[in-house]
Order: sequence, then structure tokens, then C-alpha cells
Amino acid sequence: MGSREQILNNIAGAIVKETPLPELKETLRKESNDAGEFVAILEKIGGKAVEVKDWATLGHYVLHHFSTSTRILSTIPELPWFVAQLSNDPHAFENVDLAILKGHFGVAENGAVWITDTLMGDRSIPFISQHLALVINKRDIVPTLHAAYERIASDSYEYGTFIAGPSKTADIEQSLVLGAHGPKSMIVFLMSA
Amino acid sequence: METSENIRDHAQRSTAFNQDEQRVNWHDKTLWFIREKRDKAAWQIPEWEMLREQASQIKGNVLTNLQRYLLQFEHCMLENGIQVHWAATPEEHNSIVYDIIRKKDVKQIVKSKSMLTEECHLNEYLEAHGVDVVDTDLGERIVQLANEPPSHIVLPCIHWKKEEIGELFHKHLGTPKGNADPQFLTSAARAHLRQRFMTSRVAITGVNFAVAETGEIVVCTNEGNADLGVQLADVHIACMGIEKIIPQRKHLGIFLRLLARSATGQPITTYSSHFKKPRPGQEMHVVLVDNGRSERLKSDDFRNALKCIRCGACMNTCPVYRRSGGHSYHYAIAGPIGSILAPGLDMKKYADLPFASTLCGSCSNVCPVKIDIHDQLYKWRQVLVKNGHVHPGKSFGMKGMATILSNPKIFKWSGTLGRTLMKFLPFLISNRLNPWYKHREMPQPPPQSFSAWYRQNRKQDGK
Amino acid sequence: MRVALFVPCYIDQFYPQVAIATLGLLERLGVDVTYPVNQTCCGQPMANAGFEHTTKETNELFISNFHDSDFIVSPSGSCVLHVKHHLHSHTNEAVASNIRKKVFELTEFLTDVLQVKTIKSRFPYVVGLHQSCHGQRGLMLSQMSEIVGPAFSKTESLLNMVDGLKLVALDRKDECCGFGGTFCVTEEAVSVKMGFDRVLDHSSHGVEYITGNDMSCLMHLEGILRRQKSLIKVAHVAEILNATA
Repeated sequence: MGSREQILNNIAGAIVKETPLPELKETLRKESNDAGEFVAILEKIGGKAVEVKDWATLGHYVLHHFSTSTRILSTIPELPWFVAQLSNDPHAFENVDLAILKGHFGVAENGAVWITDTLMGDRSIPFISQHLALVINKRDIVPTLHAAYERIASDSYEYGTFIAGPSKTADIEQSLVLGAHGPKSMIVFLMSA
Repeated sequence: METSENIRDHAQRSTAFNQDEQRVNWHDKTLWFIREKRDKAAWQIPEWEMLREQASQIKGNVLTNLQRYLLQFEHCMLENGIQVHWAATPEEHNSIVYDIIRKKDVKQIVKSKSMLTEECHLNEYLEAHGVDVVDTDLGERIVQLANEPPSHIVLPCIHWKKEEIGELFHKHLGTPKGNADPQFLTSAARAHLRQRFMTSRVAITGVNFAVAETGEIVVCTNEGNADLGVQLADVHIACMGIEKIIPQRKHLGIFLRLLARSATGQPITTYSSHFKKPRPGQEMHVVLVDNGRSERLKSDDFRNALKCIRCGACMNTCPVYRRSGGHSYHYAIAGPIGSILAPGLDMKKYADLPFASTLCGSCSNVCPVKIDIHDQLYKWRQVLVKNGHVHPGKSFGMKGMATILSNPKIFKWSGTLGRTLMKFLPFLISNRLNPWYKHREMPQPPPQSFSAWYRQNRKQDGK
Repeated sequence: MRVALFVPCYIDQFYPQVAIATLGLLERLGVDVTYPVNQTCCGQPMANAGFEHTTKETNELFISNFHDSDFIVSPSGSCVLHVKHHLHSHTNEAVASNIRKKVFELTEFLTDVLQVKTIKSRFPYVVGLHQSCHGQRGLMLSQMSEIVGPAFSKTESLLNMVDGLKLVALDRKDECCGFGGTFCVTEEAVSVKMGFDRVLDHSSHGVEYITGNDMSCLMHLEGILRRQKSLIKVAHVAEILNATA
């Protein structure tokens, strides 16, 4: 008998009293300013929120704040750094300084943005770049993760992630350091258009 | 490697740990601070206790239907092009992982945090077979360079001071001597490990949650090391205990709200990555490990320990863990949860752990899935004593105590004797052989017991 | 209402004044109290050490002493918790079950059964309250710092009725003192360190007395205080509530 059968048989041999799945209840949340809470939490966790009214404003912001960047890359056609044909090899993105990608929506209670493989260009881009910017519509902010999963529902992404601020670690005597292995900084552009 | 024969138990190790009181204070305060951060984060959510209850019930449902969920999970993974392996033992797990690596002719790999791989001693196995493993989580890398196991499941090097890390990095990474700046040291580690990410073709990760409904696995990190490693590799191997299953994707809304807040007080880890299908051209493997879990499922008393989501909150709150350190538990997982898991694997080797507790119950209160940890610690004590894993002297003493306490006349007589001895021959008890006396005065013996007083002052009452 | 007084073994032998105060307090509140003279112990020391299976006779002795009162009251949270959870009988489980329902820790009894609103007592000192774990987390004598929920404390409410008493806030409201039964000697180093830290929390807030619901915790803290030659004293809650001027 292989291990698979052995393990499954062993499990079947256990008599466990039935525990039904609970009904997932609504939250008791009182906060109703989702965008405001999102911005506050994002800044607390080391990220930056920038409100922009259109792509041009966004573009100007990037030019101004990332003037010394050697390589800026984007999957957004409206931006000058858009690259239509990305390399198949993730190693090719090693020297990306700033990546600007679209996200699906934000989550107010934790300042995170949900992004899936279809928006990433290459799955390595959100992690390999030195700095990251995600763009969501200001309206697209849900209150909690509970609401987030209602929105995600049975979407058939192949890879998706919640990104909450820049990469970080506190492993050295609990001192918070921004910029571990992923991006050292993270901006969320809140588009009102 | 310590064997059952020469292992120093928790009491001996914690005594050694307490030689340096300043260090104990530092260790205790650091972890208590994290417990306080957890409290602040929990209070942000008015329905926190309801979330805990729901999480506990969801995991309870998983344990009722584990076989069905595992089969569903396997089916979905296979449909998504993921290769599935089953390992009954740690040895089998290690062999499976090595086999995948060997087939790719790879000699160096990256690994992100996985307590399951610690449990199986994967790193030692791979190194012995000529594979160089680099742990990419900063805390894990630090203990790896120091050739030690992690002391905490979430904060692996919580027992290291920054000056000591600075020394370690100077020795291994060539950073300037005496530099203990966390920012600088982290940047040095970033540069050192980036090279490794760029050149490793195999990445091993753990699994925080495995969704039966969709076949996806979720990996949570703050550093981005799991994702960076996987996205640059040709092969992703994810190792998990069979109890990491949750039934449906929407249940992540409960667990991800509880996990980081319980672990570190953050609302969520920086990355909560859902791996459903490997990137085109990449191989993805999931190794499902039993190692005593299916056996534990059979026990009404100890089954609930399988609900654990490895957040470490119980360690942060445990007054004993904070003052004895993770290494005092001599097991991959320390603290309260380690103390109820380990004896299930080897009663003789880990018989000391359930006694390394005052049964205060704080752990059970912070556990996001409401495991009755302190009750299980009590129950393990009964099991260990019944199986003879207790010092014979203690056995003799306890049985003696039971005899005295079930006989009123002997009780009164021995009580009077004890008090008289303490009064007139205090050195018999107040000496260096008496462990109580080392740092505490003995209680002062009163002239008479309460029952003697009662007989004198209220003799017409009672029976 | 007939109340039987359950006096923990170590209080009978080493701290009779706590039992005397408990008896006095209940009588002052108009309760008819009896003391079954053949009682010894609840069996907790053996059970917590893994020897629950040796406590059958101790249990039967307990049952024979306490089966015919309306309530059983004790100045000890941990002993009451042990009886509530672990008192069983092979010969008379119905009686054991009944006893488990009617055993109360002192402050529980005063708050929930007698519903005391005032107490004539005077204790003009600065006092720190040590939250003994079993009473708090087991008997729900007060809210636990880990739990997100409304604050309450039966013991604090009663202490606040005492004239002149000033209750201080501690840094760690409900951290364990480190006694833990046989733990206090089998893990002496950690036990003592936990005790030192509790004492420091109290002393840094200027307390004159440390009080609590469990004399075992206070015995451990007192041992440390006296070795340190501290001026801080310990007093069980019963002694404070019965401190008539």
C-alpha cells in the first residue's frame, strides 16, 4: 500500500464528531470612510497613497519623483513606460527600478491591494523591482477581507496576491526595516477618473 | 545531534537560560511587546471573538471531513497541472523533495519559511546529499549562518541581539566590524540573497493555507522572499502538513484577518500570495505530509491541536516561554503549542514539555482558532505519568501525598509534624537541598491549624 | 441557606488566618456556615502533576464531607476550579455532579449568590491585586486581558467597597506569578523569575499590600518578598474584606 492510501485509510479510521461549517456573519464595523481608512493604514505600514485625477497627472508625479530611475516599466498602455511585449524570462526584469501596474481593488482594513497574474505582466515584476506602484480607482476600495473575497468570488486567476505596502522585516531586534527582498517602497495611486 | 538519552530537559535548559537575568529581561520584554501589539490589533476588530469562534469551527469541520477535503484538494491541484506527492513520514518527505531536485540536476536552492521542513529536518538531509540550501527569510538566514535551529516559529532569531547579528554578518557577509544598524544589515542581506534568488532554479516554500475548493495554496510573507524565489525558479516545491486544509476560498477572509494580527499585530502580512497554477513552463509540486497527524486525529483529547495555523501568539504570551527561550523546548516548534504536539511524536523524548507550564491559560485565550492548549497540557501530564515517563521519585512522592490527603487523621498528624519541625528545626527544610528555599523564604508555621482553631473556638458547630 | 466552608489544605496548615477571615466575613453577612472537620484537600496538587488517577480516595473523602450543604464556599480560585472540573465518583456520580454545581470561590459567592453591594471594612493601604490565573481564566472572576470584550472584575468591585483602600493599576494586569503547583520547584529558575517580575510590577507602583484570591500565589510572592526583606506584605482578599477597624 502506498503512502497515499495509508494516510487516507488512517484518516478514515478516525471517528470525529461532526462540526458543521459556520455561517459567515457580517462584520460589526462602524467605519464607513473606506478610502480614508485605506490611506491611513497604508501610510502606517510604510506605503504611500497618492490621489491622481488622470493618467497625465500620474505620469508627471512619476517623472518628478523617479527622475533618476534607470529603468521604469509599466503594463498600462496609457503610460509612457508601457512595454507591449515583455520577455518570457523573469530574470530579464532584474534591473527594473520602478514597476507601475494596475491593481483590482484595495482593502480598507489593511491597506492591501489585490492584484492577479493578468495585471502583472510577468509574475516576478511586483517582487523583483526596486520600487512598486499600483493603480486602483478610488471607488474600488472594499472595507474588509470578508468583502474582498466576496468580490473575488470564484475568479479563475492562476496567481494572485494581496500586497500591503513595501516589503519589510523586523527580524533584527524588532527594528522595522522597509525593503527586505521585495520592493523598498510602494505607492498606491488612487485614480478618481 | 541530541538523542533521547543525553537530551537536557526544559528545566535544565531554562535554568541555564536564566543565568543571564538581563538577557532574560530583554527577551521577555521584546516578546511581551509583540503580545501587546496583538492586543491593539485585535481591539481594532469589534467582532474579533466571533472571528476566533468561526475559525475554530471551520477547522473543526475540516477535521471532521479531512479525507474528503484532501481528495478534493488533490483533484483540483491535478487539474491545475500541479504534481501531488504524499509522505507518511519525515524521511519520505525529504526523499521526495530531494528526488525532485536531483532530477533537475540542481545543486543549490532557495527556501522560504516552512515549519514543516524544520519538523522533517529537510535542510540537514539535503546538505548531506550535496544540495546547498539557503533559507531566504532574514531571520532564518541568520540562524542558518549561526548553525542553530530557529527559536520561534514566526520570529526565528528573536533571541539574537543586533550586535551579535552584526558580528555574524561581518564574519559571513563581510560587513564592517561593529556595524549593528538594522537598516544597513538588512540591505547587506538583501544584496547577498538577491544573487542567490537570481541563480536558483528550485524554490521550496511552506503553505499557510491550502484551499480544498480550488486547489490553491496561500503563502504569507513580509519580505517577499517566497514569491521572488518561486517566480525566478523552474521548479516550485510547496511542503505542507495535511491539516493545513481549509474548505473554501472565502474562508481565507476569516483566517487572513486573524493570522498576522495574532502573530505580530500587523493587519496583514505584506504579501498573501495565492498560487493556483504554476507559471507557464514551470513545474509545481505539493508534498502532503502526515508525520503523526492522522494518528492524532483519532484522539478526542488531542485532535484540536491540528487546528493550529502556526501564528506563534501562544509563544508571545506564555510567561514561561518568554523567560526560557525557544531552544529550551528542544523541538522544532516551541512554547505551548510545541508542548502539546511534540509528545505525540515521541513521548519519551518530550515528556518534560507539558510540565514546562503553570497552566495559566493565557495561550488558549490568544489562540486564533481556540485550541484548548492549557487543557491539553493537563491531559498530556496524565498520559505521560500513566505511561511511566516521570521521575520515579516524583511518582513516589505524589502517591505518598495522595495517601496522606485521603486520610484526615494522617493529614492532621503530618501537618502538625511539619509545622513543628519547621518551627523548631528549620534547617531541616530551609536548606540548599530544598529548591523552594533557593530564592524564597518558607512560609512561617502558625501555632495551630485552622481546624484546631475551629475546634477551640466553634466546637459546637460542624460535624 | 447552609454553606459549608472548604478550606484548602495549605491554608488549613499554614494560613489559618485566611480561613478565619473567610468564616468571619460570611458570618457577618448573615450566612450560616458549617465546617466539615474531616476535610483535607481537593486533590489538585496530585492531578496537576499528572497523577489525577491517584485522587479517587481524596475525591470520595471530599464528597462525604460536602454532599449535604446548599453551597460550598472556599477562599481559593484554583481549588474551586479543580473541584468544578475534576470531581468525579465511581460510586456516586450524581452526588459529585451536584457538588460541582454548588461549589463557589469566595468572591464569586459574594457577587453572584449573596449579591453584596456594601461591605463594612476598612483597609487604608495602597493595594495591588494579583489576578490568580485559575480564578480569572477558569472561573471568570474578571475579564482577561487577551479577550476583546467588556471589562469586569468581581474581586475589584468588592475591594472598591472597602474604606480607605487604594487599588493601583499594574503594567501587566494578569500575568502569572509562576507558582503553578509542583512547577514552583521543578522549574525553580523560571518560577522565581516570574515571581520577581510580579513583585517588581507591584513595588514599582508603590503598593503596601499584594492581595489576591489564591493563597498559593501569595505564598510564592511572600516567599520572595521576605527573602528580599521587602516592606510589602501579602493579604488574601478575605482578610481585606473582613478587616474591621
